[in-house]
Amino acid sequence: MDPFRFVAAADEHAARAAASAGARYLAGGTTLVDLMKLHVERPRTVVDINALPLTEIAETPGGGVRVGALVRNSDMAHHPLIRARFPLLSQALLAGASPQIRNMATTGGNLLQRTRCYYFRDTSAACNKREPGSGCSALDGCNRIHAVLGTSDHCIATHPSDMCVALAALDAFVLLSGPRGSRVVPLVEFHLMPGDHPERETAIEPGELITAVDVPPLGFATRSAYVKVRDRASYAFALASAAVALDLRGGEIRDARIALGGVATKPWRAREAERTLVGRPPDAASFRAAADAALAGARPRAHNGFKIELAKRTIVRALTRAGAMA
Amino acid sequence: MSPTELDTQAPPFAEPHVADQTADVALIVNGRALRLVIDPRVTLLDALREHLQLTGTKKGCDHGQCGACTVHVGGRRVLSCLTLAAAAQGQSITTIEGLAESDRLHPMQQAFIDCDGFQCGYCTAGQIMSAVALLQEPCGPDDDDVRESMSGNICRCGAYPGIVAAVQAVRGRRR
Repeated sequence: MDPFRFVAAADEHAARAAASAGARYLAGGTTLVDLMKLHVERPRTVVDINALPLTEIAETPGGGVRVGALVRNSDMAHHPLIRARFPLLSQALLAGASPQIRNMATTGGNLLQRTRCYYFRDTSAACNKREPGSGCSALDGCNRIHAVLGTSDHCIATHPSDMCVALAALDAFVLLSGPRGSRVVPLVEFHLMPGDHPERETAIEPGELITAVDVPPLGFATRSAYVKVRDRASYAFALASAAVALDLRGGEIRDARIALGGVATKPWRAREAERTLVGRPPDAASFRAAADAALAGARPRAHNGFKIELAKRTIVRALTRAGAMA
Repeated sequence: MSPTELDTQAPPFAEPHVADQTADVALIVNGRALRLVIDPRVTLLDALREHLQLTGTKKGCDHGQCGACTVHVGGRRVLSCLTLAAAAQGQSITTIEGLAESDRLHPMQQAFIDCDGFQCGYCTAGQIMSAVALLQEPCGPDDDDVRESMSGNICRCGAYPGIVAAVQAVRGRRR
């Protein structure tokens, strides 16, 4: 690790005051400390925000839930409100990392997880995300784990989060607090596609602090599933994942939510796929048509073409599972 | 930089000290109140091993991918390699050295011996700390539930069948 100044912030004001240029907020540390050891993250100041009172999970009017930024992933996953109303979110959280890491990792930190791209994590490689303008070693390198959706000529790194995929399907909102007050950003707009500036990953502004995530009410989220496919059965990042929810009435799909992980540069909402399902019966043909629509824009590189069919089958399996729920 | 027993005259957990290159950290490790003045880069793992000479906790990958460094902070299992010691200010830490009561092993330690839950032993401290924490967590009854809940601890010798047997024995799911 490079040397840094350590500041333990007692409250939000102190945290923001200490967060000058080159500072990083420390919550669970599961991404930040790892990347500091690799010299990928080199903060001059580390501001420990763990004392801030952002640890509540509370019901919001209409049946939604507000989750504090410092709620640990394990606590969110096992919370009765999350389990009962948003099973896909609980499943996504429990599909991520390991119990130890879930006890550390926070809601806000999970939103700011950095990619697992080998070249981003290796300071001897070219990476436009880590070192803007240096190039992208992944484009013609080992790109089996890389994205097929939302890529650019400058970056094909996948977004690693499971939680964010479920939150994208649920139309969640990110609550931010900053020097100029508070604001709310839809989760699907919070993460940015790489485009010409892969170093810009989120809509967060300097000095802003994530305070909470709002999950709005969605009645049919009780009929939902998160399916994750990876190289081993547990404790691995997704090759492909799907968070889905189905509004099923009278043998017909009235509404649907589909979001993808492991295959895109950001938590990927597949709205075209959702539209193809409306008015159709919940059967294999409908699910396959939706999967085809979701991956229609996919652009593979040399080693990740398999992800297109894998993602389609993951979507079909998730929809089948949700459709079969009582 | 050697650890000192906490001065009982001083307030046990004063306001966190802020300095450019050192952190003044108070910890309770296996029931002992200790104070360390350390570089803020020191992880909890290195604080335990290099500053407190508690070498039972092992350094495997040092990147949160193997679980060998698992300890309990505030009663919950975490990875000490990804925890800055300074961020554990005031916390109660339990390591493998803190499980036994004098000469009486923790039931999970005994079960790992009885069930052949290790071979080389390098991952064992982390495995046992995970397994003890698992007893207090929501975990289904089946072997597969235990495997999933223990997936954050890698064993390169492949002692997994013995590890699952040990956990299930302590949970009363198998004899």
